[in-house]
Amino acid sequence: METIKIQGTEDTPKIILDAENEVLEISGRSLPEDVSSFYEPVINWLNEYAEKPNKKTVLNFKLTYFNTASSKLLLDILMKLEELHEKGHDVLIRWHYPEDDEDMEEAGEEYADIVDVPFEQVAYS
Amino acid sequence: MNNKKDVKGFLEFVYEFYKSMKAHEITLVYEGEITHQITKAFTSLTESNMSKDDEPNSVQRKVFHVMVECLQNISKHADDFTSNDYLFSGRGIFLVSKGENEYSVTTGNAVENDKIEYLTELLENINKMDKEELKELYKKQMKEGRLSEKGGAGLGFIDIKRKTGKELEYHFLPISDDTSFFLLTSTISRSESEL
Repeated sequence: METIKIQGTEDTPKIILDAENEVLEISGRSLPEDVSSFYEPVINWLNEYAEKPNKKTVLNFKLTYFNTASSKLLLDILMKLEELHEKGHDVLIRWHYPEDDEDMEEAGEEYADIVDVPFEQVAYS
Repeated sequence: MNNKKDVKGFLEFVYEFYKSMKAHEITLVYEGEITHQITKAFTSLTESNMSKDDEPNSVQRKVFHVMVECLQNISKHADDFTSNDYLFSGRGIFLVSKGENEYSVTTGNAVENDKIEYLTELLENINKMDKEELKELYKKQMKEGRLSEKGGAGLGFIDIKRKTGKELEYHFLPISDDTSFFLLTSTISRSESEL
């Protein structure tokens, strides 16, 4: 399956979707000019991945900032993983947040409330 | 400005303008079309100023959040015009001021009068909500809301109130029979304990 690697910029996150090496990561800042088209390849990739997922799927979020429009798309991504989990696959979300950033920690808690999928909060300094 | 007298008058105006900016502690002012490039430029400028001033991280993050949402509100909504008045489409005024105790971010843009009731209700509703209610509303809107054509998620005002913990102050001033100027100001405390 195709690997997606997108370099992060000042307004778009770094994205790695690599099924072969089992690395799924979204990190950095997210305030793209057009959120829907920016995240479209991610959603498409996840749809394809769901047809033949790895034994275990771990998605790492390590965002330092995202705007409200991105928050909606992040939920769409999490819901894709929820579907995978509902089908009986082993799925884990790791939500990394700067240890002094309560808002980012709370954002993780909120997503964990909304989607029914194993969710781990990880503080980093 | 063809003759010397006009030039002098204009330059005096510029000085008055400068003085009143200083008096109101305005650090950034812009009038015009708000694009994504402008949003990026203003946020990075304000960020570097705040970090030069050793502003706490939490304050910097909140100011950044509020600026982005305010700028995007204008870029996504200010052109919802049926009247094709070029003066108004996608344009607005944007100000950042830095006082001793707080930052404020103010936007102004023209709106059609028939949007006033909707905006007032929306803002009043958000203003009277407490932390828990705002959190539930945000979650609900994120789940059930849909992105508009321009990529608005309807979450901006809720997010601003949540991040600042302060009411959104707003005002409408009449422009014409059909349009008004919508002013909105959000304040962010510079003291970490208040955040």
